[in-house]
Amino acid sequence: MDEKVGAVLVVGGGVAGIQASLDLADSGFKVYLLDESTSIGGTMAQLDKTFPTNDCSMCILAPKLVTAGRHPNIQLITHSELEKVKGKAGNFQITILKHPRLVNVEKCTGCGLCAQNCPTEVPNEFDQNMSMRKAIYVPFPQAVPLKYAIDIENCIKCRLCERICPAKAVDFDQQPETVKINVGSIILAPGFEGFDCHLKTEYGYGRFLNVVSSIEFERMMNASGPFGGKIVRPFDGKIPRKIAFIQCVGSRDAQLGNNYCSAACCMYAIKEAVIVKEHSSNPLDCTIFYMDMRCYGKEFDAYYERAQGEWGIEFVRSRVASVTEDPSTGNLFLHYVEIEEPKEEEFDMVVLSVGMQPPKNVEKLAENLGIKLNKYRFCQTDTFSPLETSKPGIFVCGAFGGPKDIPESVAQASGAASKAMCIIATERGKLIAEKEFPPERDVSQEEPRIGVFVCRCGINIGSVVNVPKVVDYAKTLPNVVYAEENLYTCSQDAQKLVAEKIRQHNLNRVVVASCTPRTHEPLFRETVQEAGLNPYLFEMANIRDQCSWVHMHEHEKATEKAKDLVASMVAKARLLKPLKKPTIEVTPVGLVIGGGIAGMTAALELAKQGFEVHLVEKKKELGGHLLTMHYLFEKDDNPQEKLQAITKAVMENDKIHVYTGAEVVDVYGFVGNFKTRIKRQSGKEKEIDHGIVIVATGAVEYEPTEYLYGKDPRIMTQHELEEQIAKGEFKAKTVVVIQCVGARNEERPNCSRICCGQAMKNALKIKQVSPKTEVYVLYKDIRTYGFKEDYYREAATKGVLFVNYDDERKPRVVDEDGKLKVTFWEPVIKEEVEIGPDVVVLSAATLPNPDNKRIAEMLKVPLTKDGFFLEAHMKLRPVDFATDGVFLCGMAHWPKFIDESISQACAAAARAATILSKKTLDAEGTVAHIDEDLCIGCGVCISICPYKAIAKDENGLAKVNEVLCKGCGTCAASCPERAIMMHQFTDEQLIAQGIAVLRRATHG
Amino acid sequence: MVEFEPKIIGFLCNWCSYAGADLAGVSRIQYPSNIRVVRVMCSGRIDPIIPLEVFMHGADGVIVLGCHPGDCHYSEGNLYEERKIKMLKKLLALTGFEPDRLRLEWVSASEGQRFAEVVTEFTEQIKKLGPSPLSGKKPDDRILENLQAATNAASDFRLRVLVGGERELTEKCNVYEEKIPQEEFDSLLEEVVKAEYVRHKIHLLTRAQPLSVRALAGAVEMKPADVLDQIVAMRRRNMIALDHVEGTTPFYKALEVK
Repeated sequence: MDEKVGAVLVVGGGVAGIQASLDLADSGFKVYLLDESTSIGGTMAQLDKTFPTNDCSMCILAPKLVTAGRHPNIQLITHSELEKVKGKAGNFQITILKHPRLVNVEKCTGCGLCAQNCPTEVPNEFDQNMSMRKAIYVPFPQAVPLKYAIDIENCIKCRLCERICPAKAVDFDQQPETVKINVGSIILAPGFEGFDCHLKTEYGYGRFLNVVSSIEFERMMNASGPFGGKIVRPFDGKIPRKIAFIQCVGSRDAQLGNNYCSAACCMYAIKEAVIVKEHSSNPLDCTIFYMDMRCYGKEFDAYYERAQGEWGIEFVRSRVASVTEDPSTGNLFLHYVEIEEPKEEEFDMVVLSVGMQPPKNVEKLAENLGIKLNKYRFCQTDTFSPLETSKPGIFVCGAFGGPKDIPESVAQASGAASKAMCIIATERGKLIAEKEFPPERDVSQEEPRIGVFVCRCGINIGSVVNVPKVVDYAKTLPNVVYAEENLYTCSQDAQKLVAEKIRQHNLNRVVVASCTPRTHEPLFRETVQEAGLNPYLFEMANIRDQCSWVHMHEHEKATEKAKDLVASMVAKARLLKPLKKPTIEVTPVGLVIGGGIAGMTAALELAKQGFEVHLVEKKKELGGHLLTMHYLFEKDDNPQEKLQAITKAVMENDKIHVYTGAEVVDVYGFVGNFKTRIKRQSGKEKEIDHGIVIVATGAVEYEPTEYLYGKDPRIMTQHELEEQIAKGEFKAKTVVVIQCVGARNEERPNCSRICCGQAMKNALKIKQVSPKTEVYVLYKDIRTYGFKEDYYREAATKGVLFVNYDDERKPRVVDEDGKLKVTFWEPVIKEEVEIGPDVVVLSAATLPNPDNKRIAEMLKVPLTKDGFFLEAHMKLRPVDFATDGVFLCGMAHWPKFIDESISQACAAAARAATILSKKTLDAEGTVAHIDEDLCIGCGVCISICPYKAIAKDENGLAKVNEVLCKGCGTCAASCPERAIMMHQFTDEQLIAQGIAVLRRATHG
Repeated sequence: MVEFEPKIIGFLCNWCSYAGADLAGVSRIQYPSNIRVVRVMCSGRIDPIIPLEVFMHGADGVIVLGCHPGDCHYSEGNLYEERKIKMLKKLLALTGFEPDRLRLEWVSASEGQRFAEVVTEFTEQIKKLGPSPLSGKKPDDRILENLQAATNAASDFRLRVLVGGERELTEKCNVYEEKIPQEEFDSLLEEVVKAEYVRHKIHLLTRAQPLSVRALAGAVEMKPADVLDQIVAMRRRNMIALDHVEGTTPFYKALEVK
């Protein structure tokens, strides 16, 4: 049993678990995705919008759910738990307990008839118990798998569902089942548990109806939530005019044992305040009560600024002491102290920004797996191995490794996937099955022969739409040679029947009138392929979601509409053309630009996965930013030793080609086939072929122009201070540290993320080497997010003094006859204070690498306003560029700590592996095509295409790179010469769809 | 008399609005049955030609639904569509066909309720407007011809290059690294929409038979001098040529454009 296994178990089906599964499955590994719930989706599925883009959460998550649900290499094991784990890295033997669903998932079609009729109502957990669901249920409409389950605890066993289920899927005899699987590595992504607000008794949650938790508030804001997106007070159903948000509920609270910061709450509170104001047609005041606003992520401060300016959200720096209620009105009084003055303010509603806690039963999970937890019961990890648990072969990602937001969880998920792949790299491709289809029939010379299959969907369609009439009508349509009805067209036997009819009637186009193509089109496309047809010769009319379900009481109109929808699809089907899925060969070689910790990690990960890598560093030495680091928070880790070990591993790996003192001067080509010229300082050039690019160009420290920096050796940056301490040259009785130098100002509105941490690290080091030295830290907000909050507390305990300043009253540093004087406003005593330090330390901003612009132009990828690289999507694609085959990691993306850079670097490697692991890349057939006889080379399409899929060819005409095209068709709609055809959605087809409906039109 | 039941064509993007319509279905939210949905991948796919053709065939209303700004699956297709619909409304306003029969709205995947509301409200609006002048057995020939002219204008390079390039010009930069102020662009677009519409109208009229400036001026309700200006421009573009002269009156005839 020592053989390695090319499969991975992913525990937890939230966004992190899904991302890890998709990356593994797309790189040739079998994945078992385990979730306790009956559907994957996790917490993100419950959220309304996501910061800082205000994207609709479900809109961006649902496509991932569907992809994971349908992926041939991913097996979902829902409603199940991990029971036993044996073995070691490379070969684990897993025992899983599957709880009975009491519904046969093979048979259930998700029609929902059972839930409609179930007499038992149960509080709906998905809506935080603010609405009701039935005892037979799916947790939310977009659930994957879309299979019902019976909640055995609440079911009264009337067996009505069993009797009415048209698919005979209900099975009350189902028993718990034990499943044994073998995997090579394990990824843990069990997520987090929201803090239980009841424990914070002084805020009255559970006693006062108008005090709600932030996750309840998310559901209230959601259009599909309990109140349809209209916020009303639970007390009286009235619309609130004044809402307070209280931060740090269950976080930064030593009394409750959770000293850590939950990292995401400041941003989600701002988001909730902004969205609720945006949605409200009445005037609404929102006030956020906070200790420090921790908007440390990419462009988060800009969002914070907008919330204050554009949206008029009020921010009050105060820890609220208690909340009381006026029982007659349900209104709430907040008692708090602001700048040493006790205050009381009345609100209509209070939202508690709950923190993150380790998931339920985490001890059992840890014991089962033999992994260590940290003191807060999150998974134990280290700075240089942020994705590794204490047990080899078991990796962690997402909030289980510590509180974090979605993009960080997603990056970690991809990173953990890379780690999981490295162990079983030799087993890639061994356990995955590829579906084979019979050779495709050439129908290009045939007249369209269309078959129409109308689904009754049990009674979902059949009870409203007159299906036989629709079938009869379909038979009258041009080119329709066959039409029939099915009870469930999607059932396995019906699928076989469809394939049979295709052969029997020599059909060359198929239209299925049933439900939504968003879930069922891939299934039917496979069916027609099995019958030897090109998959693009298929279309669906949605007569359930758009007809029977939404016109339930208008049978005749629904039938007429169903006829129209069928006519529309038949009209399109007549014009369908078989499409080829373009393929391109992939050069299985990576290029990494930048040899800091991120670049080196990415290169090592790719090499461990078996790919050749070229690593280009501009400086003469590898190491980047880390070269200047002398100590870390963690007392035993010596960063220079670590760095040397990593550098050595890179240099000694024969798959990695290192070019130091070298620059990339030219990049040509596209995903799978790049050609790059590298120039060494000696002037020697080299051209390399590669399939992907990872940008890891790092960042630089701001050289301050303020506070006399550069004019006096006693004024230094954090880096310079660290250098001094490390050399043993540090000596001072009093030190003043000034935060946010060059950051969070007009020129650079955003936070540099790492400086608060640096300041804590160095302040603690000063206290260690010279305990009597007085240290003052002048700050705007202390942003020691996550577990770094511990260091803030430790520094405060050790006597470091923290004084808040704002932009109106910035500290002043002067040189008075050779003596340094720092003057600042002390808000507690409300007086100016002057001290004479020996050393002034400036926490200087982290700036983008000045090379970014040049590199961005070469790679045709965008930068943010600040000059950092801009990823494809801030939430769900944190290390991808919109341009396929180009990735980013580390400080090139945004300032970040070592562990975060390493996570991102691993993530970039995993994303790259989804390309490099394939011999050829297959793209969709639905791409744009440019008629070169019509194109005049005006370039409108080139400027519009978000994927850079269109470029000029040698004749100056636009040409689509079919592999890069994602098929949106915006170019076709914009081409001045109408030279672009969008396959499967041509002008002709879309117009025919419209006209087919109108032909039947009769008025009056 | 049976109540007027309009036919409305809805073009829905796959990722947000179609998903929103699905959610309305799953949630059993009832709405009027008049809409016929055509699925596209992105609202940005809807070429102005498509609503125009559908209107010419008698649709009472056309609604294009896309993702909210910022949500677009293809990053900005919806914003490009916004520009197209803006232009199209300007164009429709010239034809005598009510621009209110066309609408663009944003509906997200979680807004089943909103989808139903938008559709209900649009259906009500179309019911108030009454049947399209182009529906039924006797379409209004004048408006039909006007819409044909609009369709031809919307197919023509000049209008398309402006609309296709609008965001590039007003939000990014032109080749001289200048941004064109939005108001300036809008007034330019206004002018081009008018000019192109009239030219294609003249083109259609003179395709049937050679016509004089005066006759054209009457038909397009413009001053003869302004019509002559357009004819000059059209001659340059090989859209029209002098056919013959009767007395002192030249007659023009349309040339077939590619």
